Amino acid sequence: MKFVDEYRDAEGARALAEGIRRAVTRPWTIMEVCGGQTHAIMKFGIDQMLPGEIRVIHGPGCPVCVTPQEYIDSAIDLACRRKVMLCSFGDMLRVPGSAGSLLQAPSRGADVRTVYSPLDAVEIAALNPAREVVFFAVGFETTAPVTALAVTQARARGLNNFSLLVAHVTVPGALRALLGMPGNTVQGILAAGHVCTVMGWHEYVSLADGFRVPIVVTGFEPVDLLEGILRTVRQLEAGRHVVENQYSRAVREFGNESARRLIDSVYRVADCSWRGLGIIPQGGLRLRPEWCDYDAEVRFGRCENGLEPESECRAGDVLRGLIRPDQCPAFGTRCHPENPLGAPMVSSEGACAAYWKYGRRSDLGSPAS
Amino acid sequence: MSQLPIECPVEYANSDVVLLAHGEGARATRRLIQSVILPYFANDRIAPLGDSAVLPSVDGRLAITTDGFVVTPLNFPGGDIGRLAVCGTVNDLVVAGADPLYLTLGLILEEGLPLATLHCILASVRDAAREADVLVVAGDTKVVPRGAADGAFITSAGIGRIRTDLDLSPDNVRPGDAVIVSGTLGDHGITVLAEREGFQFQGALQSDCGSIRPIVLRMIEAGVSPRWMRDPTRGGLASVLHELAETARLTLEVDESALPVSPVVRGACELLGLDPIYVANEGKLVALVPGEQADATVAAMRRDALGREARVVGRVMARGTPGVIMRTALGSRRVLDEPQGSPLPRIC
Repeated sequence: MKFVDEYRDAEGARALAEGIRRAVTRPWTIMEVCGGQTHAIMKFGIDQMLPGEIRVIHGPGCPVCVTPQEYIDSAIDLACRRKVMLCSFGDMLRVPGSAGSLLQAPSRGADVRTVYSPLDAVEIAALNPAREVVFFAVGFETTAPVTALAVTQARARGLNNFSLLVAHVTVPGALRALLGMPGNTVQGILAAGHVCTVMGWHEYVSLADGFRVPIVVTGFEPVDLLEGILRTVRQLEAGRHVVENQYSRAVREFGNESARRLIDSVYRVADCSWRGLGIIPQGGLRLRPEWCDYDAEVRFGRCENGLEPESECRAGDVLRGLIRPDQCPAFGTRCHPENPLGAPMVSSEGACAAYWKYGRRSDLGSPAS
Repeated sequence: MSQLPIECPVEYANSDVVLLAHGEGARATRRLIQSVILPYFANDRIAPLGDSAVLPSVDGRLAITTDGFVVTPLNFPGGDIGRLAVCGTVNDLVVAGADPLYLTLGLILEEGLPLATLHCILASVRDAAREADVLVVAGDTKVVPRGAADGAFITSAGIGRIRTDLDLSPDNVRPGDAVIVSGTLGDHGITVLAEREGFQFQGALQSDCGSIRPIVLRMIEAGVSPRWMRDPTRGGLASVLHELAETARLTLEVDESALPVSPVVRGACELLGLDPIYVANEGKLVALVPGEQADATVAAMRRDALGREARVVGRVMARGTPGVIMRTALGSRRVLDEPQGSPLPRIC
């Protein structure tokens, strides 16, 4: 398959791993930002191909994992209202709120629909004029353009029964917060290729400069990831810290400008709460005032649930890269996908789920060479 | 409704959809059964229309299975709920080492189901039963109000005679045995998903819905002695391998690059964030055979049109810790997790 097979080529991957082994002279800690990258690393066993000096830690780039519990509670609360149909991406359904998940809510009478695109939710609104259709707008800069397009279409079609529950988050604000935290150990960053496809890599120049960390925009296939790691290691070994673009087949300096314009026309950058990390300055997107008619929180009122409940879940430390998922005392015992204590164990992109899914046995040997 | 006079003036015979009255046991029910359903199942066991089918005595041990079929949409490329019900039941008997003999079917129909759709379903049941050489010997029809079912549900039971030349049990499986699949993975699940959600993919998706009996017969003809067999339906290949690993307390290793997946299913899975090893099949066989019979098994399966893509995909490593390991295309090894609920589409 074009654009897949060449980036999963075993020989190419082994050559890159060898290149990393040759380039590295001392320990380095590198964070991949995106949950999709985390899963690819675990799924393809890339962690096993790296020399011992390279420590890969898993960043907060899973939108499901960082969506605050209060938004899930709000979504469930809305879905239980008689007139409301709540539409969501499938990933969000299993995440536990304070009392159950969206997947369980229909058993209590909620109307929850899984959609593949926010535009499908607009269609549902058009077909059900007597109902209120709310789309749970979750995700990074990758999904924001299409939720912006959905609300733009709803207005153009005169649909007054469509609104968004917005919990969009943005990457650069979170990276700034993580790199600035006391105890930060991250020395190099693999930036998320898909987010940069939309936003471009220019946003990262000031971060690389300000925190003196190399940032390599990286794709999601084994060859991409190994090349991204190799380029990061070479910069670290040479004492350099610039932005490089490994994912040049998709990413340009200023990204997809029409998608960015669409985001800007509907959303403003705002300080937002991230699950496990707290309030992140400029860490998310909220609707601009001129779109407040389409804001579910304005239309139905804000569901305030206060602070995150106490839990032994250390998702915040995992999302900060302070511990690996399997270093959490609850991992695999009290916390597993059938009984998740935190979102990273639920989401298909969550780091804890990746460790559970692909890496639980200690008897797995090193790769055949 | 039971107080209605028997001579109700409504002319059910002219209706082109299923009515509640069709399930109320009165004249409309009799008409539906005699004029719509029975013509598809003319055989000397079903003809007397008693409350039970009376069957001749059978030598040897019997296998019995029961199943329920719920699928949206009712029709999909490569099959429909009728074909699914017959093949699903037959395949459950076949992997138990039985020759399927008889089926029963319960139809639960939603009020308003077009009779034309019912005719199509029944024709599929008839054709699939003929292909699999089984007789439908008893049935039941219920009609539920609109909204209480999704078009049609089918329940089934199947009876087969256990073959004396097969000895199948998870306890028979040994380290060194080969894991063989009879063809491409994920065709049914992705076809139904694409049809339900209106996805268009380049290339023709088609469910593999069909009987796996011919493949098993080819294996037996070739003198292969399978140790254990399963049809990997919901949860896909990963689910049946986990079942075997748990039951027999074995470690299995699967070779990722050996898994047969059609290009269109592979592309669809890439796009949707799904893994074909977890996706449902409805006409595939997983067989565990002694390592030295692996090549003969693959050759035998490939002699049948349904087994052209048969491959060795893994082997049994050791006794002790139950689990399934995936050797990735890059040569590294990882856990192949058991599926957790149905796969959900990802955000990005």
